[in-house]
Amino acid sequence: MGYVAVSGGSEAIEQSIQLLELYRSGTEKDLEIEAIKEKMSLLVDRVMSEAGLYAPDLAALAIKQCEGSCEESVFLLRAYRSTLKRDYYSNVITTDKMRFSRRISAAFKDIIGGQMLGATYDYTHRLIHPEIEKEDPVKLHQRFKEILDKQEPVKTEYAPRVSDELKKEGLMDTYEENNETPFDVTEAILEFPAPRSAVLQTLTRADTGYISGLCYSVLRSFGQVHPTVGELRSGYVEITVEYPQKEDESLYLGEVLMSEVECFCQSEGEDSLKLASGYGVVFGRNENKAIAMAVLDRELDMGGEYPPNDQEFVLMHGDCIEMNGFISHLKLPHYVTFQSKLDAVRKTRENEDEK
Amino acid sequence: MRNEAYNFAFLDEGSKREIRRCTLKAVAIPGYQVPFGSRELPIGRGWGTGGIQLTLSLIGLDEVLKVIDQGSDESVNAVNIKKFVGMCTGVKTTTSTREATLIQSRHRIPEIPLRNDQILVLQVPIPEPLRIVEPKEEVTKKMHAEKDYAPIWLQLYESIVKYDKVTIGADYPVIVENRYIMKPSPIPKFDNPKLNDSECLYLFGAGREKKIYAVPPHTKVESLAFEDVPFEVEHFEGRCCRLCGSTNTYLDEIFDAQTGERLYQCSDTSYCREVRQSHGK
Repeated sequence: MGYVAVSGGSEAIEQSIQLLELYRSGTEKDLEIEAIKEKMSLLVDRVMSEAGLYAPDLAALAIKQCEGSCEESVFLLRAYRSTLKRDYYSNVITTDKMRFSRRISAAFKDIIGGQMLGATYDYTHRLIHPEIEKEDPVKLHQRFKEILDKQEPVKTEYAPRVSDELKKEGLMDTYEENNETPFDVTEAILEFPAPRSAVLQTLTRADTGYISGLCYSVLRSFGQVHPTVGELRSGYVEITVEYPQKEDESLYLGEVLMSEVECFCQSEGEDSLKLASGYGVVFGRNENKAIAMAVLDRELDMGGEYPPNDQEFVLMHGDCIEMNGFISHLKLPHYVTFQSKLDAVRKTRENEDEK
Repeated sequence: MRNEAYNFAFLDEGSKREIRRCTLKAVAIPGYQVPFGSRELPIGRGWGTGGIQLTLSLIGLDEVLKVIDQGSDESVNAVNIKKFVGMCTGVKTTTSTREATLIQSRHRIPEIPLRNDQILVLQVPIPEPLRIVEPKEEVTKKMHAEKDYAPIWLQLYESIVKYDKVTIGADYPVIVENRYIMKPSPIPKFDNPKLNDSECLYLFGAGREKKIYAVPPHTKVESLAFEDVPFEVEHFEGRCCRLCGSTNTYLDEIFDAQTGERLYQCSDTSYCREVRQSHGK
C-alpha cells in the first residue's frame, strides 16, 4: 500500500515542529528581543495594530518565535490575549492631547500648531545602502545618543485639529459628542448595520494589506470619494483608568504610540456642497493603514454600489486571524467531503449514460 | 500532563460561562444559530475553533475526550486538538466511541449510535445554509426570521431540472423541527439520518463565523427533499471495507500507488478496529 489515509499524526506533527525549530536555528547569530523591538519597530507596530494588543516586548518575542511572519505573530498575541481577564476599560483618550512626533497636512500649507515632518520614508530614495552590512551598531547608537544628549527638551504643545477650523467656518458638519458605551468587537459578534464604533474597531485591527488594497480600489475606480489628507499626526497619547472608588481621580498606566488621520472629502449638503471627514487611527507608526482606514470609514459612511461601500463586505473579510485561518484550513484533509462530491459528480454521469 | 501556566481549559472563566449560556440558548431553539463572542485560540480560525471553544467551555475534570477528523482519531488535526485540550485540562482521552463522554468531530458522526450521556461537538466552517443563495448576513437573518426559504428550495429544484438529481454533496441542509433550515456541518449525507431523533446532544460551533447551534436529543431533523425526488445518501453498493469487511459504513476511497487499483476502507477508524477485534483479526 502506497498511501495511508490521515494517520501517523502525532509523530508527523512532532517532527514538523522540530523542523520549524531547525529553521529558526539557521545561524549562531542571535536576534535579540531588544534589537527587534528597537530596530524593526515598524514590523512590531504592524503586529500590535493587527493584533489589537499594545505590547511591544511580546510582539518582538512573537516575531522572533515565528521566523518574522507577520500573521503568525499577530496570531500569537491574539491567542495570548484570550487568556487574560479584562480588568479595566481606560478613560476616553483624546488625541488632541497627543505628544506628536510628526504632523502634516496635505490640505493647507499653514496649520495652527504647525506642520512637523518627523520621520518618514516618503522622501528617501529607495536605494540599498551596502555599507549597512558593515556598520558598527555600537558606534551608530552612540552617535545618535550624543546628538540627543545635546538637545534641549521642548515643552509639549498640543495642537488643535485642522478640521476644527473648517467646522468653525461651517464648511464641515459638527456633531454632538457621542458618549454611549462603544460596541466591543472582541466580545460580541458584529451585526449589520454595525454601529460606527464597531466599524472603526474592526478597521483598526484589520490586516494592513487588506485595507490598503480596498482603499486603493476606492482611489482607482471603485469608490465615490477623492480624499485629501487633512491631517496626519503620529505621537504618544496617555492611557489612564479611573481610580477605584474615586471617580474624579485617575491612574496613569503609560503611553502608546499612535497614528491618526482625518481625510477630507466633498459631500453634498442640502443646497450647497460641504466637506465631510473620514477618520482613521491605528497603533504605531502605521501611516498608510491609518489613511486607508480613514478613506474606508468615509466610503462606508456614504454607502453606494461598490464593494468598499458595503459594510458586510469590508468588515467581514479583513481580520488577519480569520482570513489566514480559513485559507490555511484548506490544507486540512477533506477526504470525506471530497468523497461526497465525487459521489454527486459520478451520479450525474450515470444519468448521462442512461440517456 | 496539564500545563498549570494556563487557566483550566485555557479560556478565562467569564468567557467559558458566556459560551455555555449561548449553548443553552441554542439547545432551547434547535437549529437556530446563536451569535457568540468567539475568542481567539492558539489554533487557527477555520481549524475547528468553534468546536474547541464548545469543548473547552463544557469540559470537566472527569470528562473522557475523543477527537476525530474525517472519522479518524489519528488525523493530524484531531491529534493536535487533543494535544491542546490535554495540555490545558489534563483530562483523559480515548479513541473508543463508547468510552468517550465528550466527542469533538470534523466531517463525521461516528458509526456507533451515541448515547444520551454523550455530547458530540461538530466543527462548522460555514454555519449559514442560506449563504449559497444570499451572501449578506443582514438578509439571511431576516430570511430565517420570516422562514423565507423559497430561494434554497428553488436551488434544489434547479439542480433537479439540470441534472435529474440534487447535486449537493456533504453539508447537505436539513430542516429542524419544521422550523429552521440548518447546515449539519460538512458531514456526508450518509450521516444526516443520524441527527434525527437521536439519543445524544449535538452541538455545532463555528468559531470564525461566531455562531453556536444545537440539535438536542429526540429532535426531528429532515434532509431537504421533494416528495417525488427523495433524499439520497452516498452509495457504496458492491463495495466493502478492505480491512474489516463492513458493508454498512461510510468508506474512504484510496488508490494503490503501485497498481492504481481503487480500494475502500472505513472512514471511522475506531469502528473499523472494533469490528476487526470482534472478528479476532
